[in-house]
Order: sequence, then C-alpha cells, then structure tokens
Amino acid sequence: MNINMTLIGQTIAFAIFVWFCLKYVWPPISNALHERQKKIADGLDAASRANRDLELAQERAEQTLRESKEQASQILEQANKRSAQIVEEAREQARAEGERLVASARSEIEQEVNRAKDELRAQVSYLAVMGAERVLEASVDEQAHRKLLDELAAEL
Amino acid sequence: MAAGNEVSSTYYIQHHLQNLTFGNHPVNGWSLAHSAEEASEMGFWAIHLDTMGWSIAMGLLFIWIFRKAGKMATTGVPGGLQNAVEMVVEFVEDMIKGTFKGHNPLIAPLALTLFVWILFMNTLKIIPVDYFPVLFSKLGVDYMKIVPTTDVNATLGLALGVFGLILYYSFKVKGVGGFAKELSLTPFNHWALIPFNLLLEIVALLVKPFSLAMRLFGNMFAGEVIFILIAMLPFWAIWVLDVPWAIFHILIVVLQAFIFTVLSVVYLSAAHEHH
Repeated sequence: MNINMTLIGQTIAFAIFVWFCLKYVWPPISNALHERQKKIADGLDAASRANRDLELAQERAEQTLRESKEQASQILEQANKRSAQIVEEAREQARAEGERLVASARSEIEQEVNRAKDELRAQVSYLAVMGAERVLEASVDEQAHRKLLDELAAEL
Repeated sequence: MAAGNEVSSTYYIQHHLQNLTFGNHPVNGWSLAHSAEEASEMGFWAIHLDTMGWSIAMGLLFIWIFRKAGKMATTGVPGGLQNAVEMVVEFVEDMIKGTFKGHNPLIAPLALTLFVWILFMNTLKIIPVDYFPVLFSKLGVDYMKIVPTTDVNATLGLALGVFGLILYYSFKVKGVGGFAKELSLTPFNHWALIPFNLLLEIVALLVKPFSLAMRLFGNMFAGEVIFILIAMLPFWAIWVLDVPWAIFHILIVVLQAFIFTVLSVVYLSAAHEHH
C-alpha cells in the first residue's frame, strides 16, 4: 500500500477525462435531452391547444346549427303567414271581383230594362198612335173596340 | 485457485493485492518491482502500471461510449445506447439539481465523469480475481491488480482532483478574504476563538478529500480481500459464497460510485456558497 506517483498520474488522468467530458461529451447529450424535452412539451402543448380548438369549433358548429334551425323555423313561419295573407288577399279580391261583376251585371240589367222600357215606351206611343188611327177609322163597336184593346194590351 | 501446495495462502493473498509497480529502485534503478519489498523500497517515485492502465482504459471506455452516444444524439426517438446514456446523464443532472445550489457548467460533466468512471473501475471487481493475474503471469508479468479503486493512490488521486476544485472555487467565489473569514469565524463568531475555529475548519477541510478517498478505497479493498479469501476455498465450493458476494457487490459498486459523486458535488456546492 504505497503512496506514489500513481496518485499524481490518476489526478492528471482525472483532469483530462473531466475536460474531455466537459468539452465533447456533455454538451451534445445534454442539448439533445433538453431539446427533446422542449419538443415533447411543445407537442403536448399543441395537443391541448388542438383539443381546445376542437371544443371551440364544436361549440361554434352547434351554435350555427341552432341559429340556422331558428332561422329556418322563422322563415317557415313567415312563409306560412305570407301564404295565409296571400290566400286572404286572393279571397278578398275574388269577393270584390264578384261584387263588382254582380254590380256591373245589375247595372247592365238595369240598363237593359231601361232600354226596354224606352223601347216599349216608344212602341206604346206608336201603338197608341196606331190604335187611335184604327179607332178613328173603324166603327165604334164595343166588341170591335174590345178586341182592339185586347190586342193592344197583348202588344204591351 | 492458485493456492497450490507450494504456494502458501499468505503469499496468494499478498500476490493478489500487489500492484504492478514500475519505479526507481535504489539498487536496480528504473525497473519493475519483483516483490512487495522492492515496490515499497521504490518510495514515492514509482507508478502502478496496472492501476494507471486499467483506470485509463475504463476512462477511455466511458469517453468512447458517451462520445458515441453524444454524436448520435438526436432529439427524436432515442436508440438503445442513447437511451442508456441519457438515463445516466439525466440521473446525474437530477442529482446535481438536488444538491448543487450554485451555477457552474463544470459540475455536471465532472459529476458524470466521476460517477461513470468510478462505476466502470469498480465493476472490474466482478471479474473473477484469478483471471487476470494468472493470464499476465503466463505473459511474464508478475503482478496484475485490475481494480483501480482498490488502490489508494487511485482514489486519493481522484479525491485530490476534487479537493483542488474545492479550493479553487472557494477562493474564486468567496475571495481570499471571504474564504479566510469563513475558516476563522465559523462556527464561533468571536475574535478570541479564531485559532480554535481555524484548527477546526482546516481539519474539516482536509478531511473532505481524505474521507472521499478512504471510503471508496476501503469498501473496494475490503470487498476484494473477501473475494480473494473466497477464491481460496475448494473450487466446487467457491460459488456458494462467491455468487452472493458478487451479487451484493453489484449494489456496492454502484452505491460507492454514487456516494463519491454526491459527496464531491456537495463539497463543491459548499465551496460556492456565500456567507
């Protein structure tokens, strides 16, 4: 168990190995380790962010769906209302048209009647004139007069 | 089992605990020591070729494996080697996060080097005690103690390296005055107790590397001795004790490497603290 130069040799070897390790061994391994750690951390971060994004997107999609449903029902309701209105309007128009038709028919009939009356009146006057002529020409025969008068009446 | 009839068990044990020493012998000059006596006669100017060789080999193995993993390191899915290396790196990094309070880019590579290097050196112990001594004696080399951490020179050498850094950072961070103040005014902040504080603190400071080195060396050396003793049993009985002891040593090997590393980091952390 002698203490000798081995002591110094060992110290020198130790110093060299530590220096080499410090210079060439530790940095690449340590760097790789830390970079990987960072990469993994980033990956996990990205994953959680993606998860959050997905949740948000789902929420948004749901909302959009809800909104569009609401809109659709609104449109449907509006359409229903509109169609009811149109039907109502059409009905109203039809009634007005009918009334108008009736009114115009009535006025036409009245016109016709008036025309007929006018015509009749004209004819009556003519017949009256004719009747008077005949009465003045023929004898005053009651029988004949009766007959004449009946004819006159029938002609009216 | 080299303990034949002509070789006594004492010789067997001593042989297995003797390092291959190259040094300046007073009589033989610069030469390999052929006995424990020759090795000790060489004094300080000798070197344990086996300790140096195996520890440098293990250090190179560490550098090679980790450099390879570092070159291949990608931020994508790691392969098998990269995975294993990253596990060790992360383990060391976590440990430093827990124990080192300052900021110093040297600490992490230092701790990694200490941990893996000591772990590799300790792990050599799992190789059966006779393999390499027998192999090398066939090659004409007298001694071969392959576990560097069972040599107090190796552990003390590491601890001195750490001690140097402790001193360096103490002076650098606290300044000469700050460090002197810390040594003289703690634990008792009174001028009359400065000599007492100095004595206490300097002993505490010097004990740090010594305890680091002795803890590792003691554990490994004791384990080695037990392995050698077990190896002297009859060959059919060795496994009965050897296997449990080896399995137990898988724990010791990692634990001692870890303790050495953690304590080094703790000491260096203390060196970075301001008061």
